[in-house]
Amino acid sequence: MSSPRWDIVVVGGGPAGIAAAVRAAETGASVLLVDDNPSLGGQIWRGAEDNSSLRVARSWRERLKRSPAQVLRGFRIFDQPVPGVLLAESAESVREIPHSRLIICTGGRECFLPFPGWTLPNVMGAGGLEAMVKSGVPVAGKSVVVAGTGPLLLPVAAYLRKRGARVRLIAEQASRAAMLRFATAFASQPQKGVQAIGLMWQLVGVPYRLGCWPVEAKGAGKVRAVVLQQGGRRFEVECDYLACGFHLVPNTELAALLGCELRDGAVWVDDAQQTSVPNVYCAGEPTGIGGVDLALVEGQIAALAATDKPREAQQLHQLRARHRAFAAALQRAFALREELRKLPCPDTLLCRCEDVTFHRVAKCQSWREAKLHTRCGMGPCQGRVCGAAVEFLLRWNIESVRPPLFEVRVESIAIELTVGPTPQVSQGAEG
Amino acid sequence: MPEIIHVSVNGIAVAVESGTTVAAAVLQCGISSFRRSVTGEPRGPLCGMGICFECRVTVDRLAHAKSCQTLCTPGMEITTDE
Repeated sequence: MSSPRWDIVVVGGGPAGIAAAVRAAETGASVLLVDDNPSLGGQIWRGAEDNSSLRVARSWRERLKRSPAQVLRGFRIFDQPVPGVLLAESAESVREIPHSRLIICTGGRECFLPFPGWTLPNVMGAGGLEAMVKSGVPVAGKSVVVAGTGPLLLPVAAYLRKRGARVRLIAEQASRAAMLRFATAFASQPQKGVQAIGLMWQLVGVPYRLGCWPVEAKGAGKVRAVVLQQGGRRFEVECDYLACGFHLVPNTELAALLGCELRDGAVWVDDAQQTSVPNVYCAGEPTGIGGVDLALVEGQIAALAATDKPREAQQLHQLRARHRAFAAALQRAFALREELRKLPCPDTLLCRCEDVTFHRVAKCQSWREAKLHTRCGMGPCQGRVCGAAVEFLLRWNIESVRPPLFEVRVESIAIELTVGPTPQVSQGAEG
Repeated sequence: MPEIIHVSVNGIAVAVESGTTVAAAVLQCGISSFRRSVTGEPRGPLCGMGICFECRVTVDRLAHAKSCQTLCTPGMEITTDE
């Protein structure tokens, strides 16, 4: 089906994408916001649609509703057949989305590390279990261990407790020293300090261990207990769910497909949030994990720059610098410790799609060789889970991306385009 | 009050609130294993956000639906692997 060429298309409806869509549409540009979930908000604002306690989320959502931006939900971008045209698939149909400029706000995902038993049912991500509970999974009376690393663990534990779960333990791999250093970063962001204290208050009575991480999940058919390590000591905690995530990694696949330069696993952007590809902007977690406040500022700067409002964009640079400094402190505090590189045993599955063991992958010299020889990363998730693990465990560089970005239906690939490339993009652009 | 809708999971009728995902409906039935991996291991949801593809089930006879990104609709027939 044919569509008008949008001035601005925003991919991803989390905080960065919503802020970008709002600011761009408010300038009078025609704006389409595309998201692959049934509802907007991304992961962080998920479930905040009704009776939200999140004031910021609510005010941005309302501003989006008042703005003339159009929203397309449940559509996932899988290819760019020609510059300036994206293809998106829903459960029922496929659409071409022509645009002049693009703002990529594809967010981040949890980093998962393999350890014995991590493939057992009811072992989920920390954000993963929270998302499941927000979409209707009951956890009242269930025993939960929250483990891994990152600023997500505390709010996840607090949320699960509020929903009636018995949080048996929060295990944070970061050391006490790292966390104390991190505490000084709150001096420049007092409101974040207040939030942290509020969370600790909600979690009074829940054991919180630093320098502690899971080494094995036990159970038959589903998780029954988790073995954790702290110092030289190992101990076991029984649980119905293990919520375990090792902070976040940027979702860079779409940007990489479009040829945007990546640096240190994140999309490189200039001061105006423009990527190395002209007319393609990027904001929020894909440019480096920074959290919701940074995402909101970056989304706005990208939108203002993409709608030729450089002065208004510049007014937000100082705020962005402050949030970036905090994000850098966060990355340092929750850096993964060396011991975690030894988490998987030789026969621990690394690739969950193709059931490839860590040993078989580690024998290879590169990601490419591992893919060809073992099918690691070749399944439906296309390395989105095992890729990040491998980057940490084996220090490999993983940047290769090919269309389609996801498994799609045959008819979606066979679509005949009704629109051509963006005139201004195609002129002088290579390939 | 959220609306109550009726779906079936492996042939058993289940009532869920509107806005419930297929993954949540399956877990509400006490089923943790959503699918069998290529070597036959039981698997369930991991990421909760449509990235990992571990929560795939059959919805209205269409295989490989990502249950964490699919909302329950009235009369929906959900089937997990054995």
